[in-house]
Amino acid sequence: MATMWTTRVRRATIERIDPQDALPDNQPSYVASWIYVFGVLTLAALAVIIGSGIWLTTKGAAWWHSSSVGHYVNSVHLWAVEMFFVFMVVHLWGKFWMAAWRGRRFMTWVTGTFCFLASLATAFTGYLIQGNFDSQWIATQAKDGLNSVGIGSFMNTLNSGQALLLHVALLPLAVGIIVVWHVILVRKNGVVPPLDAKEIAGGGK
Amino acid sequence: MALLALSLNGPAKFFNWGFISVSIPNLIMIGCIFVLFILALVIPFPTHKEDGK
Repeated sequence: MATMWTTRVRRATIERIDPQDALPDNQPSYVASWIYVFGVLTLAALAVIIGSGIWLTTKGAAWWHSSSVGHYVNSVHLWAVEMFFVFMVVHLWGKFWMAAWRGRRFMTWVTGTFCFLASLATAFTGYLIQGNFDSQWIATQAKDGLNSVGIGSFMNTLNSGQALLLHVALLPLAVGIIVVWHVILVRKNGVVPPLDAKEIAGGGK
Repeated sequence: MALLALSLNGPAKFFNWGFISVSIPNLIMIGCIFVLFILALVIPFPTHKEDGK
């Protein structure tokens, strides 16, 4: 009898993660570093981005032009994105100089990289849907850039409807999935030890 | 309207070096992130030692 897909998914996911690694109450001493705080701050900023983004989505793309509350929520959304990238870049630099892909952590590094790239795409589409002269200027400049690399037929930055849907639906979904995947891998494989230290218990596999 | 100490009207100045072209505000921001990174490395992380271990 063929193995059911539910069995395969269970074996590939929850059965491969030790409960102690999934929700640990103890970590190796080298995890006591500000670099990991910046990883958590990135997640905190993402939570603010999603919360303010949902609020903006319920009110419509032009709300912030006509409402002081809308202007405030839009500003919270923008500055949370700025902080998100600042925190993520500090975390990225730290992990790069730790060579954090060691010890079968290649996919943890790759998902982090794709999180960065997907976040860039999401941020750029956000600039396109401001509904002001700035977004018009960016759209006309980006149109030429995308056409020059041959993907203008897939992504037309002058189509604000396409940019809006990409920004509020497809790209946030991609970022969300990658972030969850990244965190699961961090829990499963543990935090990379320093270059001159051995892998120890409590640090994942 | 309140006056800003720093005028934000008009285009930003750019730093140009070969093919690198970056606005001064962005360059300042990158510098701030670099300083933050160095501080994250050198500032001791507060820890508490467990009793009896």
